[in-house]
Amino acid sequence: MKVTLKIWRQPDSVSPGAMHTYELDGVSEDMSFLEMLDVLNEDLIVKGEDPVAFDSDCREGICGMCGLMINGQAHGPEVTTTCQLHMRSFKDGDEIVIEPWRSDAFPVVKDLVVDRGAFDRIIQAGGFISVNTGSAPEAHSVPVPREDAIRAFNVATCIGCGACVAACPNGSASLFMGAKITHLGELPQGQPERDSRVVGMVAQHDAEGFGGCTNIGECTAACPKEIPLDVISRLNWDLHAALRHGH
Amino acid sequence: MAASGIIFIGFVLLHMYGNLKAFSGHDAYNEYAEHLRTIGEPMLPREGLLWIIRAVLIVSLVVHVYSAAKLWRRSNHARTQRYVVKKNLASSFSSRWMRWGGLTILLFLIWHLVNFTIGKVNVSGGATNDPYNLLVDTFDTWWMTIIYLVAMFALGMHLHHGVWSSAQTLGLTNNARARRNAKALGWIVAVVIAGGFSLVPIFVLAGVITK
Repeated sequence: MKVTLKIWRQPDSVSPGAMHTYELDGVSEDMSFLEMLDVLNEDLIVKGEDPVAFDSDCREGICGMCGLMINGQAHGPEVTTTCQLHMRSFKDGDEIVIEPWRSDAFPVVKDLVVDRGAFDRIIQAGGFISVNTGSAPEAHSVPVPREDAIRAFNVATCIGCGACVAACPNGSASLFMGAKITHLGELPQGQPERDSRVVGMVAQHDAEGFGGCTNIGECTAACPKEIPLDVISRLNWDLHAALRHGH
Repeated sequence: MAASGIIFIGFVLLHMYGNLKAFSGHDAYNEYAEHLRTIGEPMLPREGLLWIIRAVLIVSLVVHVYSAAKLWRRSNHARTQRYVVKKNLASSFSSRWMRWGGLTILLFLIWHLVNFTIGKVNVSGGATNDPYNLLVDTFDTWWMTIIYLVAMFALGMHLHHGVWSSAQTLGLTNNARARRNAKALGWIVAVVIAGGFSLVPIFVLAGVITK
C-alpha cells in the first residue's frame, strides 16, 4: 500500500519546526507503524536526507518510550502503544499526520522526540515507597484484600508514556499522577507516605507547567493501558485528606 | 470550582422552584416574591436573608470565576504549540464548552440582573414595580424568550458536565459505578433545572400564563 505522511520536522529544541510531506510506497499491512517509519528513514538516508527522529525502545508495548500523535489521536486509532499499532489499521492512499506530544512540559528534542523528564521529576517528588532493600519479607505477612490488589495491579500498568497529557485539552498529567497515587495508595506499603506523596507529586506537576484537570476524559480514552478516570477522583480524595491532615 | 459550583446548583434549584409559582397566578407569585423579603423577620431585618444569600452568591461567583480563569490560563500555557490535527474521542460537548458556556452564562447573568433586579427593565414599556407583570411583559416579547432559552441551554450544558466534574474533584467517584451515577446525576440536574426554568418563558409566550 501507498501512504502520504505529514510529519513534524524540527532540527533541535530551539529551532522552529514545520510539517513535511513524504510519499511512501510498498508499505505492507503487516508492518508495525514504527517499521513503516524505519522504511521511510532508509529511503531518506539513501537520498542523503536527515532521517526522522522518533523514540522507541522495547517495541512490545511495555516501556512507554514510543509516543506519537497520529491523525490527531495519541498512539493512533487503536487502544495500544504506537509500537503495537500496525499498518493494517490504515488503508491504501491514506494521509497520515504524525506529530510529537504537544505539551510545554514535554519539550521537543528533535522531530517527533520529546523530553518526558517532567514525569521522572513527578515520580521523584513522591511516586515511590521507602523500603530498606535486602531479603524480601514473607509475602503472606502483610495481607492485602483481593479487590485492592487487583486495582493496584490494574493501575500499575501505567507505563508513563504521556498519552494522557498529549490527549488532554488542558495538557494535564492528572491521569498519570492518579495512576501512581492509586497504585501505591491501595497497598499497605504505600500508606506511610500517602499524604506526602500526593502533595509532593501535585506540587511538582504544577511546577512543571502541566495544565489543571477539568474532568473532560480524553486522557483515559487515549491511554494504551486503559487506566480509568476514577484514579483522578482518588488523587483528589487523597489531596483533600492530606490538606486536612495539615500538609 | 466544585464547592462554589455546588452552592450555585442549590441556588438555581430554589430559584427555579420559585419561578414555577408563576403558574399559580399573579397574587401567588407576588406573594412569594414579597415573602423572600420578609423571611426571618423579626429576627432578621427586611431583606435580611436575601442579602445573606446574595453575599454568599457573590463570594461564590468571585471564587468560581477566579478558579476558571486560573485553569484557563494554565491550560493555555501548558500547550503553546497546537496540534495540526487533534480529535476528540471521549469528551462530551458540554465538557469542552465549559469555558465559553460559562462566559455565556455570566453575560446572561448581568443582563438578567439588569432585567429583573437592579435595573428592572420592562422591554414592552409597562410597569416595573409588579414582579409578576414584569415577568409576563418580558416573556411576551419573543426575542427575550429566545435569549432566556439560549441561556438555559448554556446552563443545562454547564450543569451536565459540572455536576459530574464537581463529584470527581471532591473525590466522590472512586469507582466505575460512582462515576456512572455522577454522570447520570449530571443529566438529571441539567434537565430538571434548565427544563424547569424554561417552562415559564415558554408558557408565557404560548399565552398560558397571562396578566
